[in-house]
Amino acid sequence: MANPWPDNGLLTLVWFVLCILAVMLPVVLAVAFVIYFDRKIWAAMQLRRGPNVVGPFGILQSFADGIKLVLKETVVPASANKGVFFIAPVLTFVLAMVAWAVIPWGYINGVKLVISDINVGILYLFAISSLGVYGIIMSGWASNSRYPFLGGLRSAAQMVSYEVSIGFVLITVLLCVGSLNLSDIIEAQRNMWFFIPLFPMFIIFLISALAETNRPPFDLPEAEAELVAGYQVEYSSMTFAMFWLGEYANILLMCAMISILFFGGWLPPFAFLDFIPGPIWLILKIAVFFFVFSWVKAAVPRYRYDQLMRLGWKVFLPISLGAVVVVSGFLVAFDLLPNKG
Amino acid sequence: MQGLLAEYLPILLFLGVATAFSLIMIGAAVLVARQNPDPAKLAAYECGFDAFGDSRGQFDVRFYLVAILFIIFDLEVAFLFPWAISLGGIGLFGFWSMMIFLGVLTVGFVYEWKKGALEWE
Amino acid sequence: MILQTITFYLFAAITIAAGFMVIAARNPVHSVLYLILAFFTSAGLFVLIGAEFIAMILVIVYVGAVAVLFLFVVMMLDINFTELRQGFLQYLPIGGLIGLALLIELIMVVGVWQFGPEVAGHAIPQATTNGMTNTEALGNIIYTQYVYAFQAAGVILLIAMIGAIVLTHRTRPGVKKQRISSQVYRDPKTTIEVKKIKPGQGI
Repeated sequence: MANPWPDNGLLTLVWFVLCILAVMLPVVLAVAFVIYFDRKIWAAMQLRRGPNVVGPFGILQSFADGIKLVLKETVVPASANKGVFFIAPVLTFVLAMVAWAVIPWGYINGVKLVISDINVGILYLFAISSLGVYGIIMSGWASNSRYPFLGGLRSAAQMVSYEVSIGFVLITVLLCVGSLNLSDIIEAQRNMWFFIPLFPMFIIFLISALAETNRPPFDLPEAEAELVAGYQVEYSSMTFAMFWLGEYANILLMCAMISILFFGGWLPPFAFLDFIPGPIWLILKIAVFFFVFSWVKAAVPRYRYDQLMRLGWKVFLPISLGAVVVVSGFLVAFDLLPNKG
Repeated sequence: MQGLLAEYLPILLFLGVATAFSLIMIGAAVLVARQNPDPAKLAAYECGFDAFGDSRGQFDVRFYLVAILFIIFDLEVAFLFPWAISLGGIGLFGFWSMMIFLGVLTVGFVYEWKKGALEWE
Repeated sequence: MILQTITFYLFAAITIAAGFMVIAARNPVHSVLYLILAFFTSAGLFVLIGAEFIAMILVIVYVGAVAVLFLFVVMMLDINFTELRQGFLQYLPIGGLIGLALLIELIMVVGVWQFGPEVAGHAIPQATTNGMTNTEALGNIIYTQYVYAFQAAGVILLIAMIGAIVLTHRTRPGVKKQRISSQVYRDPKTTIEVKKIKPGQGI
């Protein structure tokens, strides 16, 4: 990241913190609006109106909910493990935020907009998403209550199962790029966005992303009809809000990952649209994929647990493993590999 | 070396800022809202009944099996990352070396499939 | 540079404290959580010496997978804490003896430790070499130069997979399963019989 004061340590730190706030606060705000849009889209598909009271078109609904949650009592169950009980929502929120540090937003006036342009960006995102399971296991265990415990267990097994296929899909993309850096992944798509050659991988990634973020049709950990709300049952007030912020920030993150891996991140769809700055393209793409996530939620019924595990282990895992072999074989056979030594 | 660490410093700061933010939010809610706990409110939720027994009972060993299988495949993915990056440099030998590795693990995968370890009931 | 030093001591201190809490915590789940903290700060230490790939893999594999398994196991044990502490005094002599033996061994190892002549004068080896990321540097040697070790790792993973299934897999009798293929291949001709019935006649 461009640093205007490379020599002054303290000013550098202040500059970094400002940059971090410039990413984190918009993400939190975006989450508030995205929850509203999610409800609106879902309502529209069911021919309802959705939130329409607070503010014009109900657009301030999420803020009203937020203020209401702040004013609510923080109930901590008597039998809960207090420390872990509070760490779980904080962890969920922090992980969902920290992942945004490596997302590259493109260039403005030749300055690359990214907080930390690390060499192993995609591994970092993979690591963060594999940690997401802890917030859920910890809350499920710490609540010391039956529904959260079951929800936490289910969720852990589910997220773990789909992470394997996400890993293999990442490998197929990396084979075409030859670098773990997110900006390099985007630059490699200048000629052709990866969803064209890797279309099946894109579909697998999209569905696995739904499962990884516990979105419908894979929202079994929360299944309100059987587990009331899974691991969130005992949470109230801000601790509950932290879970929600974290969950939706994770969904947005998955949308960002889909855009970066398969849809060219900040790149415009056609070269002549280059005058529109990169961040706008990335935000647009994230919005489109968020709409897809909402759409799926409205359109598809929930999976049964055995079907979910079957899909993860018996369908996605072999297909994505096979795809790694096929893609690498193709690249080797036609001598198309990047980084030739 | 210094450049590499300079990229990681913001992540550390980000960790701090995000933690501070969430702690302030939760702390604010605890301070602002009136806290009025009573035993019924603090009891674990169980659809209005008193909870009977400890909720952390034993659960199906299948979850454990899924976790083990996940570790194995996760390691496989971990081995694939550097391979995907440097496949262009290591040529056909590197390619076939990985194919044999994947082949060995596919044998295991087929075994668990045939054994029915991937099935949930 | 000063920041680097501060971060190192911070991470190192947290790692040691967390490691101590792993054995000191009463509740085994807390132990596992401290273990996760220790993994996490060790990853930070790896980043500090420039080994970013290893750091990420440490988080992905150990924190993201192995510790989940530990948590499952610990949560699955139905532990009675009072019972657990009862045997403490009874086993103290044996435990103390083993601890003493380990301590003596450690002292002997540290006491005779000396740097090899070829590393003695050198600085700490750099993780990044001539502009290559360390992921690439690893990739260039694992699959070719160390191919036998790599294949051995594959075989070990296979054994682990088979072992896990042999040890834990049980088929419960009398459970109804969904068989997708038999559902898909059901033939309407063999399962449905269409009968023509004239109105007002009944069957």
